Amino acid sequence: MPHQYPSLTSEQKKELSDIAHKIVAPGKGILAADESTGSMEKRMAQINTENTAENRRLYRQILFCADDRVKPCIGGVIFFDETLYQKTDAGEVFSKYIRGRGMAVGIKVDKGVVPLAGTDGEIPLWCLDGLSERCAQYKKDGADFAKWRCVLKITANTPSNLAIIENANVLARYASICQMNGIVPIVEPEILPDGDHDLKRSQYVTEKVLAAVYKALSDHHVYLEGTLLKPNMVTAGQACTHKYSPQEIAMATVTALRRTVPPAVPGVTFLSGGQSEEDASINLNAINQCPLPKPWALTFSYGRALQASALKTWAGKKENAKAAQEEYIKRALNNSQAALGKYVSSGDKGSAASESLFIAGHAY
Amino acid sequence: MTHQFTALTPEQKQELSSIAQRVVATGKGILAADESTGTMGKRLEKIHVENTEENRRYFRQLLFTADSTISQCIGGVIFFHETLYQKTDAGVPFPNLVKDKGIVVGIKVDKGTAVLTGTDAETTTQGLDGLGERCAQYKKDGADFAKWRCVLKISDSCPSSLAIAENANVLARYASICQQNGLVPIVEPEILPDGDHSLLRCQYVTEKVLAAVYKALNDHHVYLEGTLLKPNMVTAGQACPKKPSPAEIAMATVTALRRTVPAAVPGICFLSGGQSEEDASLNLNAINQCPLPKPWKLTFSYGRALQASTLSAWAGKPGNLQAAQAAFTERAKV
Repeated sequence: MPHQYPSLTSEQKKELSDIAHKIVAPGKGILAADESTGSMEKRMAQINTENTAENRRLYRQILFCADDRVKPCIGGVIFFDETLYQKTDAGEVFSKYIRGRGMAVGIKVDKGVVPLAGTDGEIPLWCLDGLSERCAQYKKDGADFAKWRCVLKITANTPSNLAIIENANVLARYASICQMNGIVPIVEPEILPDGDHDLKRSQYVTEKVLAAVYKALSDHHVYLEGTLLKPNMVTAGQACTHKYSPQEIAMATVTALRRTVPPAVPGVTFLSGGQSEEDASINLNAINQCPLPKPWALTFSYGRALQASALKTWAGKKENAKAAQEEYIKRALNNSQAALGKYVSSGDKGSAASESLFIAGHAY
Repeated sequence: MTHQFTALTPEQKQELSSIAQRVVATGKGILAADESTGTMGKRLEKIHVENTEENRRYFRQLLFTADSTISQCIGGVIFFHETLYQKTDAGVPFPNLVKDKGIVVGIKVDKGTAVLTGTDAETTTQGLDGLGERCAQYKKDGADFAKWRCVLKISDSCPSSLAIAENANVLARYASICQQNGLVPIVEPEILPDGDHSLLRCQYVTEKVLAAVYKALNDHHVYLEGTLLKPNMVTAGQACPKKPSPAEIAMATVTALRRTVPAAVPGICFLSGGQSEEDASLNLNAINQCPLPKPWKLTFSYGRALQASTLSAWAGKPGNLQAAQAAFTERAKV
């Protein structure tokens, strides 16, 4: 291990680093619009709308065509494969349209599952087969970053050592393959909020998981300046009886990150993990106001927490499109402020702003 | 590994964290005066002075009684065991003398290197046996931080995976034991400058070593906010024909650290590793001027680079005391 074999040229490194920095520029975060067809089934069911390709296209169009007020708030959009090739009413391919608005195009690349035998129901892993070819194709089709979600859970015996090591390793392989194809990997080791564990336990597990992730990234020679991290915030379990304040969540989260995430990583884009829209913004804001020194950008990569109100307002009806867009724009602006530590909650709830978006055992 | 078992109380953490921050307070660094008896022998031989206990005491006294302005530059002093129990001419124990100047007392606790069988003369470091008891005693005797040096080298086949893993692990055990006894551990994974390797090679190896060190510290539940790191700067090998500039050294060093050292670590105190006094200062300066964001203090823990001139100025003659102290003060300020 004492010799370095070139993996990326200086130009490749620069390209990756530039993309990553652009996505997490001050005040900007990510719209995660990469729900799989199966996930969209559940969402559409909630608003009594049929889960057709056309309805999925119409819905994503509402988000993507929101007016320029969202431009300073959104650095990147994560797509699902189908959506990357769908078009606006005017006939422009979504990926090109988003790029044209100055936002980076991202793509969810995890696929297939392989369960972890002999574990206490620990979550299946996604396969790496064919990833390089797919990344190369996605790059040609306009994508500049990718997302791969690994999932761990907290119970009396989990996450096990095996789950931590395996997930860290597969994330590192994925990251390495992406970079070879000019794609910035978002590394997502999500620790589910399911359970009744307290904040301390969540912090402890998060630190162990992230330490393993960054050791694996180092072992696999991943260029950290050209990656992003998408972790859970450190929160107590959903069923924990003690409720913690945003400041406590912020302190626990920032402490965990300071102990594990090297300063070379340009940005940390939190997942919302079932928090309500309003909580997700308030917590992100508290994180940015935390007095501990924070050497990376701290912003959002929200799916449900950006879309819940918009989806509810749309309810599958064309005439509601504008109103739905307004809901989305509002959340985007709020989260942009939160990413700067400047969000003041007006208490305005929007149509779904304070509804918990928790889904037990959330899988895509 | 899913449950946390209390290692340190909040009070213990608070104490460790504030000691660490005091040592690397802005503008301050560490005087490494922990040369073993054998090493002092080599130093004293160069100035034709006999390696007696008294001469060693006298030289350290010279350093410790230099004028009080050094308190602005020196946050901590690392002692060798013998020195911790020596006194000034006036009978003041050295630890008391140093503490009264507002400087933190440190102690070298390792017992030297041991060869790893089946490697190309690579080593690990000994001293874990009875370390807990020794730390507890040193704490009583005035020490607040400790130092343990691991050594790696660069060659075609080195450092091997084994050397990296073994040294990282022993450093983590040492750190964990120190913290249990109220001592801030300085973690020192020195990669020797011997060889003709390039700057890039040194950077690569440094990154691999530090990544392993911090994984081990995490595995061993070490409280990072109550530790300090003492690494080599990233430089080309001493026999490398191409000499990098201070700016290149700085960029390579800071990049390597940014990729491996968590922001929770309060300070990084570079070893001088045989650099000249002037080079050590120039390089440290360039490091602090490097435009990349640096979330830890970046300072010195110098032995030879602070003492070389002082040693020659003294040359074993009491009459040279003033000159020697002035030389030391000057280097410290730089």
